[in-house]
Amino acid sequence: MGTLLNILVDGVAYGMILFMISVGLSVTMGLMRVINLAHGGFAMLGGAGVHYLGARLGLPFVPAALLAIGAVVALAVPMERVLYRPIYRMGELQQVLATIGITFLMIASVNLWLGSTLLAIPLPDAWSGTVDLGFRSLPMHRLIVIGAGLATALGLWALIDRTGYGIRLRAAVDNRATASALGIDTGRIFAITFALGAGLAAFGGILGAELLPVDAYYPLRYMVHFLIVVAVGGMGSITGSFLAALGLGILDTTARYMVPDFGTIFFFLVTILVLALRPQGLLGRAA
Amino acid sequence: MSAGLEVRGLNKAFGGLTVSKNITLDLRPGDRKALIGPNGAGKTTFANLITGIDRPTSGEIRLDGRDLRPLSAARRVRAGVAKTFQITTLFKRLTVRENLRLAVLERERRGLRMFARADGDPAVEHEVAALLDQFGLLRHADAPVESLAYGQQRLIELALTLALRPRILILDEPAAGVPSSESHLIVEAIERLPSDLAVLIIEHDMKLVFQVARSIIVLVAGAILTEGTPSQIAADPRVRELYLGAAHG
Amino acid sequence: MSSSASDVAPRRPLLAGRGLLWEAVILAVGVGLFFLFPYDLGFLSRILIMIVFVLSLDLVLGYAGVATLGQAAMYGTGAYAAGLIAIHVTASPLLGLAAGAVAGAGIAFVSGLVLMRAHGLTLLMLSIAVAQVLQEVANKARPLTGGADGLRGIRMDPILGLWEFDFIGRAGYWYVLTVLILVLLFLKVVVNSPLGLSARGIQESPERMRAIGTPVYWRLVWIYTIAGGIAGVAGALAAQVTALVSLEVFNFDHSAEALIMLVLGGAGRLYGAVVGVAIFMLVEHVAAAVDPFNWLFLIGALVLAVVFFVPAGLLGLPKALTGLVRR
Repeated sequence: MGTLLNILVDGVAYGMILFMISVGLSVTMGLMRVINLAHGGFAMLGGAGVHYLGARLGLPFVPAALLAIGAVVALAVPMERVLYRPIYRMGELQQVLATIGITFLMIASVNLWLGSTLLAIPLPDAWSGTVDLGFRSLPMHRLIVIGAGLATALGLWALIDRTGYGIRLRAAVDNRATASALGIDTGRIFAITFALGAGLAAFGGILGAELLPVDAYYPLRYMVHFLIVVAVGGMGSITGSFLAALGLGILDTTARYMVPDFGTIFFFLVTILVLALRPQGLLGRAA
Repeated sequence: MSAGLEVRGLNKAFGGLTVSKNITLDLRPGDRKALIGPNGAGKTTFANLITGIDRPTSGEIRLDGRDLRPLSAARRVRAGVAKTFQITTLFKRLTVRENLRLAVLERERRGLRMFARADGDPAVEHEVAALLDQFGLLRHADAPVESLAYGQQRLIELALTLALRPRILILDEPAAGVPSSESHLIVEAIERLPSDLAVLIIEHDMKLVFQVARSIIVLVAGAILTEGTPSQIAADPRVRELYLGAAHG
Repeated sequence: MSSSASDVAPRRPLLAGRGLLWEAVILAVGVGLFFLFPYDLGFLSRILIMIVFVLSLDLVLGYAGVATLGQAAMYGTGAYAAGLIAIHVTASPLLGLAAGAVAGAGIAFVSGLVLMRAHGLTLLMLSIAVAQVLQEVANKARPLTGGADGLRGIRMDPILGLWEFDFIGRAGYWYVLTVLILVLLFLKVVVNSPLGLSARGIQESPERMRAIGTPVYWRLVWIYTIAGGIAGVAGALAAQVTALVSLEVFNFDHSAEALIMLVLGGAGRLYGAVVGVAIFMLVEHVAAAVDPFNWLFLIGALVLAVVFFVPAGLLGLPKALTGLVRR
């Protein structure tokens, strides 16, 4: 029983990380019908930034994390404007290629900056302890991750459901042409969404560094995981991303504990099964 | 059993919304019929039911007595029911000749052959050349379709569909988007269609309909309001009301 | 169809003489390289095998317009099939190649039944997932495949009983070059056939293909199967020439690099695959030897430059430049 709970907690925590990193990707891909393979790069940059500020410059974790996320957002805005805008208009294949190219540049840049070794992220001491729930102790870090994931989901729900930006975003995801005709500045909506998604990815990359260790190759190593969450959840669906991330996170973690020999095979088998039955993903709309 | 397309009591409902109501009509070899009606009358749905894009809720569709309902869209094309598109979806980067060659080869079910040249069969090439000639496209035969004017693309659309050797041809707004200076090309092309072909024209442009159709069916709210010769239709007060009303609304 | 028209034009030969210029050049370059770089035959063989692999992708992507990231699934399956046949059944290289082709085509057919129904991101993810599952299966089937240690102990008989595989890779090089030329000729016939024309038709407009009565899904499955057979041949060549099959044959990087090489050279024209692979692997060979990470700067920038400025690939460069000058 005890192991089972630990597996579940680890699985949920892993799912939350996948969710935080993938959700921005899902929304931007749904919004602009663009295939973006470089999104994991923002998660890596977040982790790399905290490593630099924390481990090398000695900044405490919280300001380092905030600064790093801010820096990633600040980088995402001009990147969207200069690199991504022409990419939206390209064909699918060109989008794949261009964003692979961007991924390579991100990997090479981080390597040049910090080297190719594992980038340790110093977490606050309090995080490494356990929390006694009376009947059971759970690792603090996992609980923080789960809490942050839930807070992100809740915050996004409020943002999408309750704000003017949310209404415009939903309209634009639903039908971009109509939204433009209604006077919604879809270009601006997308820039904001892209930056927000990059910031969330950085946040997830930092918090998840214990589960998905950060190094220069990070964006390539986990690219497929993030994209599968988007595909399985359904492009453009936040709830879909949440369910897919949670489900795949729990599945993958359980499989690793229970049948370690089989590695990630269940993750991919379930992916094939879901996508074969529902090509548009769990909550995506049919094309 | 009789030759041609027979539609009997065709109904189609999407959810609770009935878009085709009890449609009955015949299309015989040599027919030149037009289907007109205001927007939302269900013209496109009707065409989709015939070509197999949509399935009817009830009713019969027969070609030469054979039930078409179980056949997929692709199989209906092979059975002889072909339709042009409202918006051209030609193979834009292929040449005009390649477009027609592709249609002829697929009609002949040779599309799986991989140890023969696509341009290697003189009989196919001859047929393609004849089609190019019929539609006045010989000069542009080896230009990519995307480089041609819109009116010419509509002609290729027609030639491509004809290359399937259909017996029932549905023309979905054949002159849509064509500047009026070029629309005579479309009229002439329709007039030169094989005389034993059954043609159904779905069209907004009344001028074109009255030029080429010998019989006109008026569809309103999914049901056939009336069918008659062009002069009967032109004199029908209900049709006048419909179109004048639509023009005002 | 009227047979009276048969005197209009003479039947054209399958491979027109003038059209073989490229093949002749490739053959000449291949022969020349043998004598120019007698100590790099292993590397040169790897380039030629990669060309065969990328050519298989060109049929799917360049002609039928289906973007996948899992071509390594067929390559890897072909490699393991050829390796296992060599160890357990026969050491004949040609039977090994045939086994690789059949295995690659088989896995392409089975996975194609699922893949060819999907589009866009879903198709990309499915194709990746298939290769990943196969990799895990090969990893798990340790008694058969050697798992993470790789499949070892592959020994080949002389080619056609005449030419012995040697340490420097001379026989291997000629063998691979011959197979490459044959694959090129085969593909040249295929892309100019009715099947090839229908593939281009599907790329241009699948809806219209359906409207002219083509069963698009089955046509794509068939094209994917043929391409899978060729990818299987590439994998088999690699297994035979290097006498080793490792789990890396199924790597995602392998599929992704094939895609990059193809688009770099120019998709949908066969020779683009040749040019793209040659340039990519040469630059990699030189640059990665200096610094593997800075090589990523180079390739990243190169990919972006091609996608942004020469979408038709490097083979489209002359046309793009003349267009620029004329403007």
